[in-house]
Amino acid sequence: MSQIKLTTPFTDAVVENLRIGQRVLLSGIVYTGRDAAHKKMVELLEQGKELPIPLAGQVIYYVGPSPARPGRVIGSAGPTTSGRMDAYAPRLIALGLKGMIGKGKRSPEVIRAMKQYKAVYFAAVGGAAALISRSIKSCRVVAYPELGPEAIHELVVEDFPVIVVNDVLGGDLYEEGAKIYAAR
Amino acid sequence: MRTITVDQVIETVAGLCQEANFRLGEDVLAAIERAQDEEISLTGKDILQQLLKNAEIAREEAVPICQDTGFAVVFLELGQDVHIAGGDLYAAVNEGVRRGYRDGYLRKSIVDHPFNRVNTGDNTPAVIHTRIVPGEHLRIIVAPKGGGSENMSALKMLKPAEGVAGVKKFVVETVRAAGPNPCPPIIVGVGIGGTFEKAALLAKEALLRPLGTPAADPAAAALEKELLETINGLGIGPQGLGGQVTALAVHVEVHPCHIASLPVAVNLNCHASRHKEALL
Repeated sequence: MSQIKLTTPFTDAVVENLRIGQRVLLSGIVYTGRDAAHKKMVELLEQGKELPIPLAGQVIYYVGPSPARPGRVIGSAGPTTSGRMDAYAPRLIALGLKGMIGKGKRSPEVIRAMKQYKAVYFAAVGGAAALISRSIKSCRVVAYPELGPEAIHELVVEDFPVIVVNDVLGGDLYEEGAKIYAAR
Repeated sequence: MRTITVDQVIETVAGLCQEANFRLGEDVLAAIERAQDEEISLTGKDILQQLLKNAEIAREEAVPICQDTGFAVVFLELGQDVHIAGGDLYAAVNEGVRRGYRDGYLRKSIVDHPFNRVNTGDNTPAVIHTRIVPGEHLRIIVAPKGGGSENMSALKMLKPAEGVAGVKKFVVETVRAAGPNPCPPIIVGVGIGGTFEKAALLAKEALLRPLGTPAADPAAAALEKELLETINGLGIGPQGLGGQVTALAVHVEVHPCHIASLPVAVNLNCHASRHKEALL
């Protein structure tokens, strides 16, 4: 199956061309974030303060890596369930976030925001955490170190394999894929 | 009377925490290999291949199969003729978890309070289930449980009139609603009967059975086959991206219940079905 190579950050044009089911090898910077970091970021926005990471054109990877053994860049680092970030994601998408990587379904609100503001949602393979860690070339904490695995890390990735699940047309691979293979 | 020291318990638990997180069971590997042959979705086949490769890397490099190295669920089968010497048994289990997660570079995923949510920093406390059994041995099973699949689990108190059809409907609907979230291909643990908490525990214990071994109870074994077929007909597939292999196995455990009750618990597990045991 064909795979396309993309590098972050994304422009609207790149995002608009992606369609559900497309397999992508992603390179460049992605920021990690889970529930606790999202909560803190949205609180900052409510106070009118600046965020610790840039959002315009960027991609957030929903992951809480395991600790790195000495001499390694990172521990295992597969995706966590994205639905827990649904309450916060539309706000970040409206501010220019272009991509999210995780696993599992998104809410209608997030799907609507992706359509309105041009963003995509990618699935990484949940449970392939040791394999995925090989695509991560560097890792540093950029905010909230007190959150441990939930801190925001800046990762530099190379050919990180992901699949487009939601595109700017409102398509949803989880819905479409299951329809194709369901028993008649 | 046989004496087992808390130091033996600590060392054993620490080792099992790491082994469970680094080495996927042979039964699971064989099931994924079979699934790869059966799956017709090319994306699905590729995902299953990635899971096999992932398990190989984890085993060879002693890194966790999944970054969510789980809540340490520990089952103790304590022989009634065993004397635990040198301290508190549960404190020893927790010390074992602390050391295992620290020395194995496993993720610490436990927060101190459901509202406060400050990480305890050492993955304790463990959830410990103890059974007193005849004999002079202590069997320890460590089963780290990830949050993603645990969150999609469910329990319902059915009316006895709903019968086996009601049970099937609830299990299938739970899997359908979970969709991609618990990282399919999943293992479905089902506990039927007992009380509210007994059904939940049965569902968890069902996940410990080697994959592909049918239930001892014939009616439960028949239900396992039927449920597996229905679930794999949902089309959810590997990672929920569409396919024929949504579950690797369905394990059902049954227990006598009250004349008024029909409890059903469904405990979902991702492909990273982690449990290792030792006999002291």
